[in-house]
Amino acid sequence: MSPRLEDKLATFLLYILAALAVMFLMAIIFILLNAGIRVININFLISPPKAFQSGGGVGPQIANSFMILFLTLIFTVPIGMGAGIYLSEYAKENAITAVLRLSIETLSSLPSVIIGLFGLLVFVTTFGWGFSMISGAMTLTVLNLPLMTRITEEALRDVKRDLREASLALGATRWQTITRVVMVSAIPRLITGIILASGRIFGEAAALIFTAGMTSPKLTPDNFFNILRPAETLAVHIWKVNAEGLAPDARRIADGSSALLIIIIIAFNFLARSLTKKLYKRLTGA
Amino acid sequence: MKPKMMDKLGSFFAFFCALLSVLITIFILVFIFFKGIRTFTVDKISIFHFLFSANWNMENQNGQAGALAFLLGSISVSLLALLLSLPLSLGLSVFAAEISRKIGENFLQPVVEMFAGIPSVVYGWMGLSNLVPIIRKSFGGTGFSLLAGGIVLGIMIFPTITSISVDTLKALPRDLREASLALGATRWQTIKHVLLPAALPGILTGVVLGLARAFGEALAVQMVIGNSVRIPDSLINPVHTLTSILTMEMGNTTWGTLWNDALWSIALLLLMISLFFIGLIRFFAKRRVFR
Repeated sequence: MSPRLEDKLATFLLYILAALAVMFLMAIIFILLNAGIRVININFLISPPKAFQSGGGVGPQIANSFMILFLTLIFTVPIGMGAGIYLSEYAKENAITAVLRLSIETLSSLPSVIIGLFGLLVFVTTFGWGFSMISGAMTLTVLNLPLMTRITEEALRDVKRDLREASLALGATRWQTITRVVMVSAIPRLITGIILASGRIFGEAAALIFTAGMTSPKLTPDNFFNILRPAETLAVHIWKVNAEGLAPDARRIADGSSALLIIIIIAFNFLARSLTKKLYKRLTGA
Repeated sequence: MKPKMMDKLGSFFAFFCALLSVLITIFILVFIFFKGIRTFTVDKISIFHFLFSANWNMENQNGQAGALAFLLGSISVSLLALLLSLPLSLGLSVFAAEISRKIGENFLQPVVEMFAGIPSVVYGWMGLSNLVPIIRKSFGGTGFSLLAGGIVLGIMIFPTITSISVDTLKALPRDLREASLALGATRWQTIKHVLLPAALPGILTGVVLGLARAFGEALAVQMVIGNSVRIPDSLINPVHTLTSILTMEMGNTTWGTLWNDALWSIALLLLMISLFFIGLIRFFAKRRVFR
């Protein structure tokens, strides 16, 4: 075959392959949404699950997912930002920094089931918090700390040197420069990062089955904010209804919950994109 | 508070946060290590038996804690996933980086990113509700199989390998392409003989990251793989993996029993394999010439 013909053929095949890959991925989303959308209604969204009979909803699970997300962010965001600030603004290229980077890289590559077992060992058993919202949130904090650190470090590194130098030249301390100048101009990227991390936290299940638990009490105003109660999330629920098989309509529940998870995570993505654009416009006046 | 004082406190806070990540990492390694060696130190099971016997029997008094079936299950399902997704990933990344960057940036990369964000239980459910019945109809058996696990994992690691390969190809200097084209090579020859070899260390980083993700993934695999303790011998038979046995049995066991200890040993094995992957990723990342 002449090289030219081979080139044409390869290009043609790559076009086909790209088209097929995208169609395949889109088909997966379509199948999942199509099966789930007809399940989702008000009753499904607010009523609690039922064992041994059909017609249950996922109301408490949705609430638990958001509560755990919120709790996790309370811990992850400040600590992750602190670590990111250190790596971007203070760290010198020395052995200590190398150890820091190695640890964070290691932590970010550990399987989530390992982090979940660590949570079981430390928060659930040693600290005696049991299967609870706080055990789950702390475990997810450990899981997402490296991500938040990287997001912050990269966002701060992108801020121009001029800004830092101008602020320092005006007599501001380093910390003032970081909090009032560098962080402020990195806000759009930080917000995007936090929202994308939220999507990951929202969909996590493996780290939660042994920490936040696989049950949820009937939610009342009294126990809603109790961080020591078990809090099964939406993602965990999808796994549990299939693993236990106690609900006769497990298929319906899993279909609805999966579609709901996808919709919420895609919504997070869009929110991140549009918010970044708006904030960027406001902060730069462009 | 005085700005000077605040400055000191601030830098201390930042350092403390960074230090916390180190401490947590060390805690994880130490805790799981000491919990994981109890099978060998307290229950007196030999490491050799643990690693090379597939006899896993915890129902009676003289439990057999052989983890070989899980180890081989994890290895085979991860390799199968890689085998299925690597050709597609490479093709798509060459397309997005070299054939049409416009379609790549505006369409393909956002789609791939979206798939990276879908939770693993959703992939597991997709496999359970759609893929398993197809395999059952086509090949017989229950449908819960090594093949189902490999396909689900293949779809899950596809975004990881693709996005790293695209980034690596895009980071290659223009000179490489121009020099090759100027010598009279066609675009395909340039891709095949110049760009892909130059991008190899980066692509391998993506491959190892994908493998590591496949190896550590728990719920999606557990939902479709059938969870049966056996040495993997056929694509359509059910198997067990290190992660699937952990998710299924960790909740049912009592602390301090051989059963529980053996599960922690499996967690330790998984942890050590993950550390090996992390070392491998660093090894390839250092060999990247163009970034």
